[in-house]
Amino acid sequence: MKEKPVIEFTDFTFQYFTQAEPTLYNINLKIYQGEKILIVGPSGSGKSTLGHCINGLIPFAYKGEIKGSLKINGLVAAEQNIFKLSKIVGTVLQDSDCQFVGLTVGEDIAFALENDNVPVEEMHEIVRRVAGMVGMEKFLDSSPYELSGGQKQRTSLAGVMVDDVDILLFDEPLANLDPATGKTAIEIIDDIHKKTGKTIIIIEHRLEDVLHRDVDRVIVINEGRIIADMPPDELVSSAVLSETGIREPLYVTALKYAGVTIRSDMLPGRLDTLKMDDTVTESLHHWFRTVEKPSGKESKPAVLTVENLTFSYDGRRNALDNVSFRIHEGEMISIVGKNGAGKSTLSKVLCGFEEPELGSIYYYSEDLKSRSIKERAEIIGLVMQNPNQMISKTMIYDEVALGLRLRNIPEEEIRPRVEKVLEICGLSPFIDWPVSALSYGQKKRVTIASILVLEPRIIILDEPTAGQDYYHYTEIMRFLEKINRMGVTVIMITHDMHLMLEYTPRAIVMSEGKILADTSASVVLTDPELIREANLKETSLYYLAEKANISDKTAFVQSFIDYERKIRKSNEK
Amino acid sequence: MKNKLFSYNFLDTPIHRLSGLTKLICFLLLTFSVMYSYDIRFILFVTVFSVILLKVSKIRFSQIRLMVIYVIIFIAVNFVLTFLFAPEYGVEIYGTRHELVRIFGRYNVTLEQLFYQITKVFKYASVIPLGIIFLLTTNPSEFAASLNGVGVPYRVAYAVSLTLRYFPEIQRDYRNISQAQQARGLEMSRKAKFLTRFRNALLILVPLIFSTLERVEYISNAMDLRGFGKLKKRTWYSRRKMTAGDYIAIIISAAIFAVSVLVSVFANKSRFFNPFV
Repeated sequence: MKEKPVIEFTDFTFQYFTQAEPTLYNINLKIYQGEKILIVGPSGSGKSTLGHCINGLIPFAYKGEIKGSLKINGLVAAEQNIFKLSKIVGTVLQDSDCQFVGLTVGEDIAFALENDNVPVEEMHEIVRRVAGMVGMEKFLDSSPYELSGGQKQRTSLAGVMVDDVDILLFDEPLANLDPATGKTAIEIIDDIHKKTGKTIIIIEHRLEDVLHRDVDRVIVINEGRIIADMPPDELVSSAVLSETGIREPLYVTALKYAGVTIRSDMLPGRLDTLKMDDTVTESLHHWFRTVEKPSGKESKPAVLTVENLTFSYDGRRNALDNVSFRIHEGEMISIVGKNGAGKSTLSKVLCGFEEPELGSIYYYSEDLKSRSIKERAEIIGLVMQNPNQMISKTMIYDEVALGLRLRNIPEEEIRPRVEKVLEICGLSPFIDWPVSALSYGQKKRVTIASILVLEPRIIILDEPTAGQDYYHYTEIMRFLEKINRMGVTVIMITHDMHLMLEYTPRAIVMSEGKILADTSASVVLTDPELIREANLKETSLYYLAEKANISDKTAFVQSFIDYERKIRKSNEK
Repeated sequence: MKNKLFSYNFLDTPIHRLSGLTKLICFLLLTFSVMYSYDIRFILFVTVFSVILLKVSKIRFSQIRLMVIYVIIFIAVNFVLTFLFAPEYGVEIYGTRHELVRIFGRYNVTLEQLFYQITKVFKYASVIPLGIIFLLTTNPSEFAASLNGVGVPYRVAYAVSLTLRYFPEIQRDYRNISQAQQARGLEMSRKAKFLTRFRNALLILVPLIFSTLERVEYISNAMDLRGFGKLKKRTWYSRRKMTAGDYIAIIISAAIFAVSVLVSVFANKSRFFNPFV
């Protein structure tokens, strides 16, 4: 059946000219016609480089030394150019905002056809047909600003499908999507696979989310080498994931906590296929009954009180509509909701970047209205999502010192403060380094350090873990927990359901400028109504509980959270 | 979003229905004809014509207020400077001298100079509405397509369209970065000294440039992967087919252009219309 490999790496090694070491070592990999393949690996493992080799960005846009061979559709890739390869391999990039080059959906889908000099009438015809395949035929004249994240993804997909490519390559398709849209994206990819029989390659580190639908094989890359190439059921029951620092599906973790040994014949790759016999179910029930409930927390005074906040950008539609909540001293809380729900607007109003039309914000009992942006920053600090949008100095020391220098604090006082903050952030060894020498995760820490140096009592982080693999995610979150224990209140705006589940006991859910819910994370992730309205997704623990006939699913999820926290605490001691 | 200098908005008017290429050709023809001629009768005719077109294309004054203010300032400055640097130019052209007011030295207001400068004001005044119409009634992609249509290489034309496509996003980035830097203590008000303000502007520009470069790399990859630059020619999704209306518009503009040249060559025997002899 699988006779013809469409992609064939043989003893393939690649080294960027700018790097001292090869990024890919001795890759041997065959991908057959019509297969659906998932490539996973931590950041810097070489999985994106592998993708670049397949779509021709290597060696066309990124130069380097290639050893061994790569054949695509039987052709030697190095002898082709990126344009020929783009007729065989269609690539959907992770950032659908940037991938969207046209001013309207129709124009964007047509982009490849325009470049092929296709006559205008024929082009409109093809665009209409392909837009129909992804359900976008009614939006041909819409601009990217009017589309939801999912619609942008569909448009991107149509944009590569106009070429009638054989292979579709998705480079981190889930990176910028909210949970519900991510789920839909995986479904769209699967539908296209079933409908067209094209070969599908998905590069992603969020294993569980991709495994929402079936894949044939998962290829695990670590440190430039392929370390596993097996069906998902085998992978999930092996030790490969924990060794490479890729997050295993949450339901698998729960089963392990309950003392269940995962075997591949249980078909654990997907929750849908997972077979649980009576002993497994019984272990889960037993575990659920015995998890210790943490003792009730003492209530702390409110550090931030928001009352009836209303704000509008255009005077017509309220971006914030009568928002009220309290945040207590030392809390760690997440704000969730789909894009455009008002989360970022809320953070801007809190920091004083925008003036609310109605309502007030109190720090303890002080009304913040009279404080300028600069003065407010000494109470509430904001860390933006993209560190490159914050860093304006070449040296780490100068970057962190900037906020103090702008406040005319004497240099002899600055030095110890910067040193202390870099120590907390684990950046002490780099104090005299240039920022450019740091990794993305380290840069992120520099931006956090440059805010912390002002000693705010509250810190707001916009998507602190976006684009981070499990290892870096854990690193950043542990770090934020540490700051939190030091007494800083942490507010996170996030799409990451794991983050919310694992680190923030309480979550505020927003939709269309209003607060939909303000409750515990376990309630949010098990309330179908709320999940639908806020574009979230049920945690797989919910379905696991359902499968095991546990009636109180919220309590089950809460037990999981409590159990995890206990383990995390005992690990740290 | 506020502060948009060029806000293309789609309406269904005869002007909007013309193809971008037609509008560009007509704009160029009319501009050349007005620039060539110094005959105030002809120029006034084109001025009235372009104001009528402005009405037809249903452009509201609020859309163009900012641009109109800039233009008025420009014309006023130009008017004063022309007089300061060449107060006798009108006399030179028309060959007569009717003095109105004596100021001092060589600065005398003559009827000839006044006539010459008023003609010049109307030259500008007639072209500006045409430019506004072209910019506000042409969708940026169509604009790029039409540039390519008159012979501008498509890479250059596409760069124009991309700039317009990503401009709002860079504007948004700028705003976000500036707010975040203000929170760190950056003084943006006019209170700060010039040198401090310049240094502070850098604190916003550096992150803006780096995050924009990141975006540029990404976009250029996305474009490469979809075959941009593969062939010597490309087609444009947003190019409209030429209709009867397009041909009529081009013929009218060409006729006006011809009138401009013919009047100069045969009636005035020069580019200037001379009412003084």
